[in-house]
Amino acid sequence: MSDSLGRMSDFHLDVLKEVSNIGAGNAATSLSTLLGKAVDMRVSRVFPMPFNEIIEYVGGAERMILTVFVRIKGGISANMLYSMNLADARALVRHMTGATEEDGFSEMGLSVVHEVGNIMIGSYITALSDFLGFELIPTVPSLAVDMAGAILSFSLSEIGRSGDTAIVIDGALSLDGGALSGDGASHIFLLPDPESFDKIFQALGVAGNGDC
Amino acid sequence: MATVRVGIAESGVVLNPDSIVTLGLGSCVGVTLYDERKRIGGMVHVMLPSTELAKGTNFNRSKFADSAVPDLLNQLVRSGADQRRLVAKLAGGAQMFNLAGETDSLLKIGLRNVEACKKALSLLRIPVLAEDTGGSWGRTVELFSDSGILEVRAIGKAKTHI
Repeated sequence: MSDSLGRMSDFHLDVLKEVSNIGAGNAATSLSTLLGKAVDMRVSRVFPMPFNEIIEYVGGAERMILTVFVRIKGGISANMLYSMNLADARALVRHMTGATEEDGFSEMGLSVVHEVGNIMIGSYITALSDFLGFELIPTVPSLAVDMAGAILSFSLSEIGRSGDTAIVIDGALSLDGGALSGDGASHIFLLPDPESFDKIFQALGVAGNGDC
Repeated sequence: MATVRVGIAESGVVLNPDSIVTLGLGSCVGVTLYDERKRIGGMVHVMLPSTELAKGTNFNRSKFADSAVPDLLNQLVRSGADQRRLVAKLAGGAQMFNLAGETDSLLKIGLRNVEACKKALSLLRIPVLAEDTGGSWGRTVELFSDSGILEVRAIGKAKTHI
């Protein structure tokens, strides 16, 4: 299965990029409404990557990140993460509450990030569900502030049953005017279980090898 | 002294004076074996409890506790360790997210990983000298082959030696 994920055609990777654009686009609209500020959606990136490279991609195993996690069941099964680094989370909290977070985060700061993540993921799932025509049932969102390696490796455990590679679907959102520092973006990662890719492609009428 | 780095579902063996490290364990478990007389240490980064969970037959044995632990033992023995002297230490197996009420057992994989690693060690009659498992935080662990000390590092916590 990891081999077949690694061999996914460019055409199908582009289809997944469109899926991400639709989900992250809706999330960007929600974030913009929430903040009363323009939010830019960066071009989504989709690629098959070995687990250990995914950890490097998000900045290294020991890099501290804030992540809201949801598992989706229903028409497809997948894990979703809304992630950002410390600097971006502090900027977000400052923008929402006017409070400056120093060492660590206050309860209020964490609850702001949790709620924003909840809204982002919810908006993404709504758009995804409409686009694919599937009912998608998310778990209650949960927040962790910890090492990227610890958060990502847990999120990859279901995919790990099939191989050592995952298709990473990365939608990045940045605040207009560089209000968010750090790498300037928060990321919504969609990590479908390997069996779900066929369902996505069938729902969109592009099943098969992608050569047509 | 060199430091060998072990990634997810990877393993390695080091000789005195080198150390071996794995970064950012969450629900995964770092299992280490050590032969004090030969000063040989090994580590494997286990992601899932059982090969029964593997889909397909061509899987990475270092990923599953029931295949990873015996394979690590063999690696150490091939490097000159004596199986009868080997002792184990383990760390990790956290529950990174609070998913109370969820029935999907893979969302509670940390605890299952720890239990499976201990079971695999017990089947091989390797004693567990120390562990730092469970909780809800990530860990970086480093085994020093000159002493057999396992160093555990976590964000916002003091470094510990077990």
